[in-house]
Amino acid sequence: MTLSRVLTTAALALGLATTALAQDKTKVGFIYVGPIGDGGWTFEHDKGRRAVEAHFGDAVETVYRESVPEGADAERAITEMALQGADLIFSTSFGYMEPTLAVAAKFPNVKFEHATGYKTAPNVSTYSARFYEGRAVQGHIAGRMTKSNIIGYIASFPIPEVIRGINSAYIHAKKVNPDVDFKIVWAYTWFDPAKEADAATALIEQGADVILQHTDSTAPQAAAEKAGGVITFGQASDMSEYAPLPRVSSIIDNWAPYYIARTQAVIDGSWESVQTWDGIGAGMVGIGEISEAVPADIRDEALALKNAIAKGAHHPFTGPLKKQDGSDWLAAGEVADDGTLLGMNFYVEGISGQIPN
Amino acid sequence: MMLFGSIDPALLLASLMVASTPILLAALGELVVERAGVLNLGVEGMMITGAICGFAMAVNSGSPALGFVAAAAGGAGLALLFALLTQFALANQVASGLALTLFGLGLSALLGQGYVGLKPPATIRLNIPLLSDIPFLGRVLFSHDLMVYLGLVLVALVWAVLKYSRAGLILRAVGENHEAAHALGYKVVRIRVLAILFGGACAGLGGAYISLIRVPQWTEGMTAGAGWIALALVVFASWKAGRVLLGAWLFGGVTVLQLNLQAAGLAIPVEYLSMSPYLITILVLVIMARDKSRAPGSLGRVFYATQ
Repeated sequence: MTLSRVLTTAALALGLATTALAQDKTKVGFIYVGPIGDGGWTFEHDKGRRAVEAHFGDAVETVYRESVPEGADAERAITEMALQGADLIFSTSFGYMEPTLAVAAKFPNVKFEHATGYKTAPNVSTYSARFYEGRAVQGHIAGRMTKSNIIGYIASFPIPEVIRGINSAYIHAKKVNPDVDFKIVWAYTWFDPAKEADAATALIEQGADVILQHTDSTAPQAAAEKAGGVITFGQASDMSEYAPLPRVSSIIDNWAPYYIARTQAVIDGSWESVQTWDGIGAGMVGIGEISEAVPADIRDEALALKNAIAKGAHHPFTGPLKKQDGSDWLAAGEVADDGTLLGMNFYVEGISGQIPN
Repeated sequence: MMLFGSIDPALLLASLMVASTPILLAALGELVVERAGVLNLGVEGMMITGAICGFAMAVNSGSPALGFVAAAAGGAGLALLFALLTQFALANQVASGLALTLFGLGLSALLGQGYVGLKPPATIRLNIPLLSDIPFLGRVLFSHDLMVYLGLVLVALVWAVLKYSRAGLILRAVGENHEAAHALGYKVVRIRVLAILFGGACAGLGGAYISLIRVPQWTEGMTAGAGWIALALVVFASWKAGRVLLGAWLFGGVTVLQLNLQAAGLAIPVEYLSMSPYLITILVLVIMARDKSRAPGSLGRVFYATQ
């Protein structure tokens, strides 16, 4: 027998052994858009993954791939993970929507969970958090705190989730400060610290003294700290290393309970395709501690707003509201339905500029 | 003076210098490497390694200057690995370079674990009496950190050395035809190793410029493709130092400009603004490259000495 024959046999035996071993464990995979150390979006998803490991111990094995670009390359990464024997795969960025569906069609026995998307399949669920509820609280604080009345907003991609956040923050800033103006910069990236810092700097140089961000790294916080006299909010993660200033509060994504529940469902065999969209009330969206840089009265107002949203007493999109072009959207007292919110592609009245296509 | 309502041109030009310095440094280093006939695709890996080495040293010592020294050393250290692989083990340069990038990204993530959320000591900006106080020009030309000027000095040095000095002539000879250079008695491998180390040090400095000045913080993967931009810049600049400077300014400048135009609410569709840095840089450099500039003759080819 030649050496290569021996090696092939050995490899085969090893392969069989690992397959047998893998069948005992439930394998859960995660696809990340940034590095796990981004300090924001991906960091929080990975915290959820670690919570799954801690909760299930040896019963579950988790794997992840970080910095997977959105688009064609994502399909390859997700396919690889399915081929490695993952039973459940969380793809954690909007741009993975089509790749996830494409791979799911090829692996009907694998369960897929796509974050922030809107397309499902028998083996594809979607899940997201109502970040716009947190944006409402942010907008309130921003509107009350700004002295220049210019609020800078670093947006990522023109997708409904980002547009919802801008609208929600604007509505609540405007409510407490009619003179407020939003300057919006589209960075066209989720994660590029240098570009995010450049965007923050550009906004600050043009007079913004509050920076809101919908990108994943803490770079805008660092840029704001360097400039001085500017306040920011943690995005996706608490970013408390920049508290009490410039970071005065944050929106925290809490994925752990969802990840644990869905993994349990796969283990039990009760997994079904669902569309989950939870907010502050269910604990999927958290508001990070409001730092002492915020005066007590503003902090109390913000917390009252947060509680009202959590209890369902206040919906961030409550009429009367008009669209940017002046047409009517919501009558007085009317609240937006989830369908409109999920597909939101317009600014509310008062925001200047156009949404890129 | 204000443009489009709220853009201050002095601040804009100052930001341009900051945004272009990292890719300028990295591209200059790679230019020298490629002129010596070696293609090192590991620029991104060397940059990110420099970013964390510089950051860690600056935080621990409290001195940004020491940080930059460490960044250069870190970048050169990683480049040494590439030199060992390609010049002594005669490994494929493309594969080694790609591996170097992956290795650098992983290594930097490991080294940086204790440094997330820390603040580096501030790098002081130059303040020359009289000169820095000139309205407009003072802010644009005479109020930067030393690294900006170092980048400009390096452009002049690389250009002059390559064009006028004997050392530059030998380096180019090695890059154009390594067999001929070897036959003339030049130490091809030694010259290439030195060029590779220089390239690594420059990439390291560029990376540290991002982590110590432009952002300033440490985040995993924070170079986010700047190394690849630098690589592309060398090609589009036809392996000429002056054009690398122009390309870096264009790219950095248009990047910052388009963000400022967006913030100012200029009525140009954001899609166009967003792709403009790539388009304009490539367009200008391609038009300039109509003269018959071409890649160094031995670029990327493995050399081993025959007796």
